[in-house]
Amino acid sequence: MYSSEFRPGQDLRPGKLDWVTVLLYAACVAAGWVNIYAAVYDPEAHPSMLDLTINSGKQLVWIGSALVLITLIMVVDFKFFEAFAYIFYVIILVALVGVMFLARDVNGAKAWFEIGGARIQPSEFAKFITALTLAKYLSDTTVRFDELRTQLICAAIIAVPALIILKQNDTGSAMVFGAFILVLYREGLTPWVLILGVSAAIILVLALVVTPLYLYIAIAVIALLAFLQLRRKTLRNILWVVGLAALVAIMVYGVGFFMNNVLQAHQRNRILVLVDPTIDQKQVGYQVLQSKIAIGSGGFWGKGFLSGTQTRFDFVPEQETDFIFCTIGEEHGWMGGLVVIGLLVGLLCRIVYLAERQRDRFSRVYGYSVACILFVHFAINIGMTIGLVPVIGIPLPFFSYGGSSLWSFTILLWVFLKLDSHRVEVLSRV
Amino acid sequence: MNNGRKYVIQGVFIVIGIVYLVRLFYLQVVADNYKAQADDNAIRRVIVYPHRGQILDRNGKLMVINESVYDISVIPKKVQIKDTLDFCRVMGVDKPYFDSVMTVAKTYSKLKPSTFLRQLSVEEFARIQDRLIDFPGFFYTARTVRKYPHKTLANALGYIAEISPAKLKDQNYYRQGDYVGINGLEAFYEEQLRGQRGVRYVMVNKNGVEKGPFKGGAFDTAAVAGENLVSTIDIDLQQYADSLMNNKIGSVVALEPSTGEILTMVSAPSYDPNVLVGRLFAKNYTELQRSKYLPMYNRPVQAVYRPGSIFKLVQSLVALQEGVITPESQFGCVPYPMKCHSHPRGHNDLHNAVQWSCNPYFYNVYRRIIYARSTGNNWRDSPKGLMAWNKHVKSFGFGTRLDVDLPSVKRGFIPDTAIYNRSYGRLRWQFSNFYSVSIGEGELNVVPIQMANLAAIMANRGHYYTPHLVKAVGKSGKPLPQYLERHQTSVDTSYFRYVVDGMESAVAHGTVWGRARIPDIVMCGKTGTSQNRKGEKDHSVFICFAPKDNPKIALAVYVENAGFGGLAAAPIASLLAEKYLKKTITDKRRLLLEKDFKLRDYMPKPKVDTAKKEPRPVLARLVVPPAKSRLLSPDTAKPTARVTGY
Repeated sequence: MYSSEFRPGQDLRPGKLDWVTVLLYAACVAAGWVNIYAAVYDPEAHPSMLDLTINSGKQLVWIGSALVLITLIMVVDFKFFEAFAYIFYVIILVALVGVMFLARDVNGAKAWFEIGGARIQPSEFAKFITALTLAKYLSDTTVRFDELRTQLICAAIIAVPALIILKQNDTGSAMVFGAFILVLYREGLTPWVLILGVSAAIILVLALVVTPLYLYIAIAVIALLAFLQLRRKTLRNILWVVGLAALVAIMVYGVGFFMNNVLQAHQRNRILVLVDPTIDQKQVGYQVLQSKIAIGSGGFWGKGFLSGTQTRFDFVPEQETDFIFCTIGEEHGWMGGLVVIGLLVGLLCRIVYLAERQRDRFSRVYGYSVACILFVHFAINIGMTIGLVPVIGIPLPFFSYGGSSLWSFTILLWVFLKLDSHRVEVLSRV
Repeated sequence: MNNGRKYVIQGVFIVIGIVYLVRLFYLQVVADNYKAQADDNAIRRVIVYPHRGQILDRNGKLMVINESVYDISVIPKKVQIKDTLDFCRVMGVDKPYFDSVMTVAKTYSKLKPSTFLRQLSVEEFARIQDRLIDFPGFFYTARTVRKYPHKTLANALGYIAEISPAKLKDQNYYRQGDYVGINGLEAFYEEQLRGQRGVRYVMVNKNGVEKGPFKGGAFDTAAVAGENLVSTIDIDLQQYADSLMNNKIGSVVALEPSTGEILTMVSAPSYDPNVLVGRLFAKNYTELQRSKYLPMYNRPVQAVYRPGSIFKLVQSLVALQEGVITPESQFGCVPYPMKCHSHPRGHNDLHNAVQWSCNPYFYNVYRRIIYARSTGNNWRDSPKGLMAWNKHVKSFGFGTRLDVDLPSVKRGFIPDTAIYNRSYGRLRWQFSNFYSVSIGEGELNVVPIQMANLAAIMANRGHYYTPHLVKAVGKSGKPLPQYLERHQTSVDTSYFRYVVDGMESAVAHGTVWGRARIPDIVMCGKTGTSQNRKGEKDHSVFICFAPKDNPKIALAVYVENAGFGGLAAAPIASLLAEKYLKKTITDKRRLLLEKDFKLRDYMPKPKVDTAKKEPRPVLARLVVPPAKSRLLSPDTAKPTARVTGY
């Protein structure tokens, strides 16, 4: 379906980068870098922020190389990404499989290629490429999303890399692929998928807190009440009530089964820690507790830059990478948290806004993918540091230390900015 | 159709953001336990121990000082030793020691310091110090221990050691591992000496390694050093007395009568206080405790003896005060019921009786005291007379605990009605049952310091200041207030001169051995012979003061198992008095006497077979078993049958 008529609210000025997004990006990266320095700061060594032997110095190198990447993205033709999406997809699948055979075991996951001194993690780039591929597939004008075939193909595009990554034992990265469900929802997926997902999460929490037997009783009672409230006791309505109750009961049972039979012990602990922070004090329980202590001790205004005792003395493991938010919480308090969450939520909403103003489906789907991937990272990462989400080792976009993650997020975002800046050059294909 | 969904998605983003901000607000602002937990994590309270106060003698010479010692510690993770043998040679340890200590240190913690070598002296440390930089992972910490440069006065000074669990329980200042004064002045003046602990807050990392002061030390409190004590001891006189008490068991107490200051306090045998410092404390302590010489027994305040004839001074004064005799009263020297010894028999008045220590005379004096308010019924009169006498005697500081600034001072015993009621039954005893008290025997028990105090009372003609060892506490420059308080005896000052004159004669031409006279100083003294069980030699006792007018020193000397008081104790006392008053002894005969007494051995001779096995361990000077001094507790003491006195 082609349409080229002007739609109100569409910005048709050509060739312009969205500077709001660029500034939000720059603010996040800069704030991340400062906090990485705080996290690795050793009061006795007094190294410079730029010292290449510490992670803040290295992060500066990553930031510099990210600028090079941005330049490259800016100079290539904007159609390049769409054109090569499938080829990238094949390459990344090969890389993901290859890494399982070639990589060394790091923290229980085989996810890194080692090239020289640097480690490259294909799964970081798989998100970006999957987003491109999904966008390209959906931008095909012959594809209709309400067809089952389309939905299955979309599911396959997402699931194949996700399952390979899961096989690498990198559960965190695999879970990020769940972000695409939100994208598909935007493109017309039934909201039931989301509702089912959210209710599963609620039931999961309930099943952990309440004994399953009480849950079953509660389900039966609610079903009975619903039955009594039914105005027309038709067979159809009764079947609905009974069916829903049965579904919920199966989910309760499924959660128990999932917890006890599917999850590995350490994964189970990560969930149980949310309910009872005192368990598993040797491993993840310690990490969550220390993380909450670090953040909780920050108060409203924080302890001040380089003055966080928990940060400086390494009480929280992985503080400059996955737990970078502890540093912000401790040294800059609730205000720091407000700024960071504000920056990230602002960035996400801005991307959604930009995605909505795209004239073709490719850019829009890709834009939503960027927003949703960043969102899942943001929600899981900060959620785990404040004890609301199980500990899943994924970085906070733009803040966490690490070359792979900074590069992949930079590419992810800047490809979209590139596409956005060329949006007037494409024909509108809604 | 999907245009509304962008709001749903943006809504999800915003809702999650708000949920997280609310959660953050709860963690950071509402819940207050995280701050405390963070401080628990990262901030450690470190106690800063103050410098313990030092103790000086009356002339400003240091008696107790703090000496720096050095501990070498090791952080196993940082250790890099290229040549272990060279390292061991520098440190002065052998390879097995090195291996075992390093194993223990590594087991404890690879990152936290463990002690490698303890309490190196300044000299030992100097050898190591320059090389220490070659051995990463090893570092030193300085601290102080007590040192006693004069190696004397061990029992009076006491010692410090780790606080006992029992004491730890009933107070709240100390902590586990604190050092406190256990005995002597160290214990008595603990609060003044210890100073005030400081607190330092340091930051520690997750491995417990210190990372510098918290907030630049803003919350730290400085330690306040303990106060110095100026002792009343004259360390030169003390050491001189030590040398005279060599090879003897007994006590010497010298007082300044006008103030009650203790100039010298010897408990023989004793030990070198430095052996209870440092690495060998436990070993040495056990050895001292096990020694049958009882070196840790502070005889001047703890040994209980019978006063012997010296008590005749008190009897005279009480009798005069009670008006039962006059200085002119005469009693015949009839050898019944107690014998006397040869002395001029004619004109046996009070002066003569004191000069020659006439036993029958004081039998009669005491009889008159007891029956002073005679009703004709001896059974009823005796208790009344005894209690009236008891009150007078107690005003001399006998039978009560003298408030000396030392722990565990004994009180001695002055007979009262209770003890005889227990022994004989109420109203079933009279003077004839306890007449031996008249010459200082029987149930009487006194402590050497009480005898020295008696000498001071005689010197002061009727009053005393409680003997004490510290004349100035810290910056106040004053002793404790109780030592400025004058105690008046219940005997009028005017009666003293008769007895004092007798004491002068006793020295000049009486019971005191002629060699104990000081050529040009008038000394007043009284001999005593404290009786023992059959078969053991009597204790030699002598008290004196000098000069007669405006006395400067009052002394009590006990020499166990040395026999007659005038022969052993008196020369020692006279030498001390002369030394103190004239600073040097120049007279040839006196020097000979001094040499004689430094060598004289009054130790009870051990049986031959045990003598060989006698260990001669850490005890610096002293040696030889004292028969545990004959402690007569009032409960077990029966009136003695064998009664003589000098």
